[in-house]
Amino acid sequence: MTAKVLQWFDDRLGLSAIRELADHKTVPVHSATRWYYFGGITLFLFGIQVITGILLMFYYRPTVAEGFDSVRFLMTRVEFGWLIRSIHSWSANLLIFVAFVHMFSVVFTHAYRPPRELTWATGIVLLGLMLGFGFSGYLLPWNQISYFATKVGTDVAGSAPVIGESIARILRGGEDVGAATLTRFFALHVILLPLITSSLIALHVILVQKNGMSTPPWISAARVRQMKFFPNFFLREVMVWYAALAILGALAAISPWELGEKADPFASAPKGIRPEWYFLAQFYTLKLIPSHVWFMEGELLGIAGFGALALGWALIPLWGVNLAGEARMRLVNGVGIFLVVYLAVFTVLGYVK
Amino acid sequence: MRYAVLAVLLVPPFLPAQPLPQPAKDMCVECHAVMDGPIQTPALLFKDDIHQANKLSCADCHGGDRASDDPSVAMSRAKGFIGKPKRAAIPQLCGNCHGKPDFMRRYQPQQRVDQLELYKTSVHGKRLATGDENVATCIDCHSVHDIRAVKNVLSPVHPLRLPDTCGRCHADAQKMAKYGIPTNQLEHYRSSVHWAALKKGDLSAPNCASCHGNHGAKPPDVGSVSAVCGSCHVLFAQLYEKSVHQPIFSAASGGGGCIVCHSNHAILQPSTAMLAGQDAVCSKCHDPGTPGARTAAQMAQWIDGLGAALKHSEAVLGEADKYGMEVSEAQVRLGDGRENLVKARLTMHAFQPAEMQKPIEAGMAIADETLRAGQAALHDKDVRRIGLAVSVFFIAITVVAIFLVIRRLEANGSGYLNPTK
Repeated sequence: MTAKVLQWFDDRLGLSAIRELADHKTVPVHSATRWYYFGGITLFLFGIQVITGILLMFYYRPTVAEGFDSVRFLMTRVEFGWLIRSIHSWSANLLIFVAFVHMFSVVFTHAYRPPRELTWATGIVLLGLMLGFGFSGYLLPWNQISYFATKVGTDVAGSAPVIGESIARILRGGEDVGAATLTRFFALHVILLPLITSSLIALHVILVQKNGMSTPPWISAARVRQMKFFPNFFLREVMVWYAALAILGALAAISPWELGEKADPFASAPKGIRPEWYFLAQFYTLKLIPSHVWFMEGELLGIAGFGALALGWALIPLWGVNLAGEARMRLVNGVGIFLVVYLAVFTVLGYVK
Repeated sequence: MRYAVLAVLLVPPFLPAQPLPQPAKDMCVECHAVMDGPIQTPALLFKDDIHQANKLSCADCHGGDRASDDPSVAMSRAKGFIGKPKRAAIPQLCGNCHGKPDFMRRYQPQQRVDQLELYKTSVHGKRLATGDENVATCIDCHSVHDIRAVKNVLSPVHPLRLPDTCGRCHADAQKMAKYGIPTNQLEHYRSSVHWAALKKGDLSAPNCASCHGNHGAKPPDVGSVSAVCGSCHVLFAQLYEKSVHQPIFSAASGGGGCIVCHSNHAILQPSTAMLAGQDAVCSKCHDPGTPGARTAAQMAQWIDGLGAALKHSEAVLGEADKYGMEVSEAQVRLGDGRENLVKARLTMHAFQPAEMQKPIEAGMAIADETLRAGQAALHDKDVRRIGLAVSVFFIAITVVAIFLVIRRLEANGSGYLNPTK
């Protein structure tokens, strides 16, 4: 009976092609195999975000008058509401952290080499989208910290050259952070960004599938052992997912994500206002730059610098390989280590100071 | 009296009529500023004076011609020069301008112009009129030659500095000896809740002038004490006026009304120790065991009970908050409970237990409600952790099971493809 049902679906959907794909997909086994798991964990956490996000939307009301109260209602009156919100918030932060680990593992194993340039490019755009999710989602509870952090964040965007003011106005929906900002951040967070992100994740995974798993340049792909993706690698990945789930549960139960106080635009900004940790390094750098450097405004210089750095980073597949298509390992490793150290040190400094 | 009459006669009547034309330089200041000794001091002080800021000159008070650099002209009697005014003439001299609405409107349209009239009703003014020149005149409080606006923190009559200014005479036992009045007011005031609030920067907190008046300064009469306190403590005064104590306290010797329990200058932070216990003010009249003493003890017990209940709820909510539990609603509600505690302390001044019972009961209900919210949050916290332990246990079992499945799958090396040589 089961076989008949499966056959019925196979005839119409071509399931055997998927089975064939699963049967033939393999993963190289070597000293850096463990880094392959991070892409999967990022995907898993994105799934958690989608599920908990949908559940949050059952209660959340994206208005200045009701936003904060609806989240508080969810956390205090709705069965397991606290768990859903805490997991959504913790998972968002873990997701960005794991995405960074995934990105640097790709750099240090030089997986950006041809023919995987597009995989790298889609990954970089996805990381930017994740940061966009973080920035837009942070405002939605409409509490004091998120309100003022968004003011600071949109101010920074507003200081970008030429189009800065327009960007800030478009983001805020007006001159200042207010009701229009909340509704457009909500629309961004639950419609636009998920649509683009889902499509890009599909493309990213298809590209990984198409080109196979990259083997680091110091290991000969032809001489490396292969593990079957299904079930061997997949089961290991599931083990890691379960561990991530346990960590998320522990964080949510032991340190629930706090709600704070309702935003009051007329109050003075809370002391020590700063953005989420993943923007801290940039935030601290901007604070260090003098207000005027040569003929440029300091903030403008900082923004332009970050823009150039991000563009250069995204273009690794161009400058990180030689004409023969081999990785310029020393150069890329050097830049990668510099960036990791810079981000780590400035994030800590931004947090402490 | 004759000094006062003489002083008034000595003040030239033309002084307040019109401000003098404004020459580029005030020659009085120009010359005196470069002189040596005490004669230079007024010219140096005058640069900080509010009159100087309003383009008034030495000559506007002392007479003479500000425009002339010839001393014989500038300080000629013909030009109205009066020299140093007599002490007794100072209030009238200041009043010549400050009592004229049309004149003052040019500089401070909102400033009162009845200072001189009020001063004449004050103890200071009355004694000056009888020839006692030791009493305070305008310049003793406002300073002279460097008179600043009252809101200027350097002014001796700025709220923060006024107690010291009054105390300069009233805390001086030698100066006060002949008047037979105490000199401990400043010391007492500095121990009071009023000074505590004022020195923290609350300029609306009472200073000497708030109760005694400033230009019309005099001690409040026994009958007006509650009105004086009631000008700020409105609701307390209303309740007290209707209370059984009002007629009794008002008839008390040596002061009445509020000060019977709270004292006058040394108004300390009130507590239930004033109602019950060894040092209770109630026990001065109500012997232990009498109905009055029992009522006071009951009221103290209610207030203490509600205070303790609210503190307990606050501690439990704080504990839950520390664990990240969302208890902000209950914490806001706790504010309503504290409001009821304030109301209970207020209604106590009616000295009717039935009135006081209403806020006490409402407050206790809130304390109980918020305590339950805090306890529920702490219980939730425990449930969450148990739930976490159970979930982690099952996750661990699942992970171990998957691990065992992988081991069984790969027991004979299956699932791996060796490289093609």
